[in-house]
Amino acid sequence: MSVAGRASEARAGWAMSSPALGAIAIFFVFPAIASLLLSFTDFDIYALADIGNLRFVGLQNYERLVANPLFWKAVTNTLLFVGFGVPFIVTLSLFAAMLVNSRWLKWRPVWRVALFAPYVTTLVATAVVWRYLLHTRYGLVNYLLSLFGIAPIDWLGDPHASLPAILIFVGWKTFGYNMIIFLAALQTVPRELDEAARIDGAGWFTRLRHVTLPAIAPTVLLVSVLTVAGMFQLFAEPYVMTQGGPAQSTVTILYFMYEEGFKWWNLGSGAAVAFLLFLCILAVTLVQLRLARRGDAI
Amino acid sequence: MLMLLTRRQMTGALAALPLSSLLGGCGARGEETLTVWAMGNEAASLPELLKAIDWPADAPPVAVQPLPWTAAHEKLLTGFAGGSLPAVGQVGNSWIAELAAIGAIAPVPSSALGLLDDQFGAVVETNRIAGLAWAIPWYVDTRLQFYRKDLFARAGYGAPPADWSGWKAALHRVKAIAGDGSYALLYPLNEYEQLTTLALSAGARMLRDDSARGAFSDPEFKAALAFYKSLFDEGLAPLVSSAQISNLWDEFAKGYFSLFLSGPWTIGDMKTRLVAGMQDNWATAPNPGPDGTGSAAPGGSSLVVFAGSAHGDAAWDLVSRLMAPAAQLKFQQLTGDLPARRSVWAKAGLAGNPVVAPFATQLDHATPLPKVPEWERIVTEMQTVAERMVRGQYGVDEAANEIDVRADRLLEKRRWMLEKGRAL
Repeated sequence: MSVAGRASEARAGWAMSSPALGAIAIFFVFPAIASLLLSFTDFDIYALADIGNLRFVGLQNYERLVANPLFWKAVTNTLLFVGFGVPFIVTLSLFAAMLVNSRWLKWRPVWRVALFAPYVTTLVATAVVWRYLLHTRYGLVNYLLSLFGIAPIDWLGDPHASLPAILIFVGWKTFGYNMIIFLAALQTVPRELDEAARIDGAGWFTRLRHVTLPAIAPTVLLVSVLTVAGMFQLFAEPYVMTQGGPAQSTVTILYFMYEEGFKWWNLGSGAAVAFLLFLCILAVTLVQLRLARRGDAI
Repeated sequence: MLMLLTRRQMTGALAALPLSSLLGGCGARGEETLTVWAMGNEAASLPELLKAIDWPADAPPVAVQPLPWTAAHEKLLTGFAGGSLPAVGQVGNSWIAELAAIGAIAPVPSSALGLLDDQFGAVVETNRIAGLAWAIPWYVDTRLQFYRKDLFARAGYGAPPADWSGWKAALHRVKAIAGDGSYALLYPLNEYEQLTTLALSAGARMLRDDSARGAFSDPEFKAALAFYKSLFDEGLAPLVSSAQISNLWDEFAKGYFSLFLSGPWTIGDMKTRLVAGMQDNWATAPNPGPDGTGSAAPGGSSLVVFAGSAHGDAAWDLVSRLMAPAAQLKFQQLTGDLPARRSVWAKAGLAGNPVVAPFATQLDHATPLPKVPEWERIVTEMQTVAERMVRGQYGVDEAANEIDVRADRLLEKRRWMLEKGRAL
C-alpha cells in the first residue's frame, strides 16, 4: 500500500473512532481528572453557595481519611464483600450456566429466562421482597432454616449476619448476568472434547477441571474482573436494605463516599474516597491480569 | 408513507422516543404551579389541609411533593445545587442554619413576622440567625421522659424527681424493684439527644467564640458528661445501641427499663404498640436538671420560602394561610402534631391532656442548640467519643478534651469564613 493510502486509511480510522474517543474523553477522562482535582479542595456547602469559599488543601482530605476509623471499617467491609462475594457469585453463575447448557435439561429457554429474571427486575422492589424473606420472625429463610433445627437469625439486625444477608441478596440479583456470559463461552466448548474425555473414563469433576475450565478460562477471568469491580462498588443493596447498619456493619466504601459527599456534603473528601477506590480496583485488576497471563488464560 | 421509511429511520425514531417524552415533560412543568415539598406524615395530610384553607382561585395552583424523611436533607441540598428548589418547603428546624448559611432560603419578610407571635420562644429563637427570622415554626416537638408510672409508684414516687440527685436515687430504687437483669433507663449509645439534653439542662453552651470553637471543656458540659457516665457506671442504663433493642415497647412493658427519652410521636406509638394491660401504666414528665426542672432542645418543622422563588408573595400568602389558627387546629387533628401556636393548644384540648401537657412545660424550659451548619456532625462526633468514654476508653476530662479537638477540626472552615467576614 502506498504511503498516501496508509495516511488516508489512518485518517479514516481516526475519523471513525473519534466519536467513541470523544465520548470517553467527555464522560470518563474529564470527570476523572476533575474529581482528582476536587479531592485536593475542601469543597463543602459553603463552596456550594459561593465558589469563592473553595480552598486548595493539598493532601489534607487523604490524611483525614486515613485517620478516620469509619473509613477503615468501610474498607474492611468492602474487602469482606470482595473476598467472599466474588468466589460465591462466580461459582454460582458458572453452575447456573452449566445447568442451562446441559443437554438433558428440558425447557431450557424457560430456565434461562427464570434464572436471568432477577438481574432485570428493579432493585428496590426485590429489596422489599427480600426484606420479608429475611425477616426474623415471618421470613421464609428462617422458616427453611428452622426445618433443620436452626434458631432464627436476625439477618438485617445482627452486625454479624447482615453481611452474609446482603451477600445472598447480591448473589441472587447479579448471577444471571454472569450466567449469560458463561453460557456463551460454554457453547463454544467443542462437545467432542467432552465426549472424548468421558470415553477415556473421566468423571464429571475431572472433565470440568481439565476440559471445560481451560476452554473458558478467558471468560472466567472476564467475569471475575467484572465481579471484583462490581463488589468494590457495592452501594445500592446496603443502601436499600440496611442503610449501612446495624452498627455500621454494611457500610461499604461507596456508601461511605455517598455519606461524605451527599449527607455531610464534603465533596472534596468524597472525591478523595472515590480516587482511593479507583486505585484499589485498578490494583486488584492488574494483579488479576498478571495472574491470568502467567496462567496463559489470555 | 410508513412503507417508505427505511429500517434505519425507524430505529432512529424509536431511539428518540424517550427523548421526546423528556422534552414534553420539561415543557409541561410550567411556572404557574406553586410547589410545596413536605415530609412523611405532614406531606400525607397536606392535600387535605389545603382544601380547608380557602386558597384564592386566581392564585397559582398548589402542588404537594412528598419526600421521605430519610432522604429529605440530601434532597434539599441537591435541589439547591441543581437550582430546582420549589417555592415553599417543610424543613426540620435543625437544618435552618445550614440552609440560611448557603442562601437557599429567604428571610421572613416584615409582613409575615406577625406569624411568630403566639409561639414558643425557644422554637422561634432556633430559627433566628444573625438577627433575622428565617422560617415560621409549623409544628413543634421536643424530647422528654416517658416512664413507667406503676414501677415509680411502687418505688415510692408519684413522678421522677426533677433534680439530678433525687432522680438518680429514684432510678436506683426502680431498678431494685424491676428485678434481676433489668435496668432503670434506656439511653442508647448511638443517640446523641440524651447527652445534649443533659448538657442543655446543666446550662452548657457547647460552642464558644461566635460558635467557631468547641466549649465542651466548660465545667457545665463536664458536669453533664460525668452524670451521663455515672448512669452507666452505676448500672442504671444498659450498654446498648438502639438497634439492639428490637422491640422498645415490649421491653418497656417487661420492665427491662422504666424510663426513656423521646418525643411526641411516641405518644401515638405507645397507644398502638404497647400491650393493652400497660396503657394506664405510663406517663410523661419534663426532664430533670441539676437543681430542678431541666431543659431540652426545641424541635419540629418550620415552613420556609426558598430564595429566588418566582412566587415570593403567593408563597408567603400560602404560609400565612397554613399558619392561621383554624388551619393549625385542622392540621393538629389530621397529623396529631403539636401546633406551633400556643392559642391552638387550648382549642385542641391539648393543655388538659396529661401526657401532652408536659411537652408545653418542657418547651417553656427549652434552649436552642448552637445554630451552625456543622452542628449535626459535631454532635455525631460528640456521641462517638461519649460512647467510647462509657465503654472505658476515656475519662471525663479526656473525653471532653477529645470532643473539643474534633469540634475545632470540623469548625476550621467556619473560623476561616468568619475571618473573611463571609459567615452568617
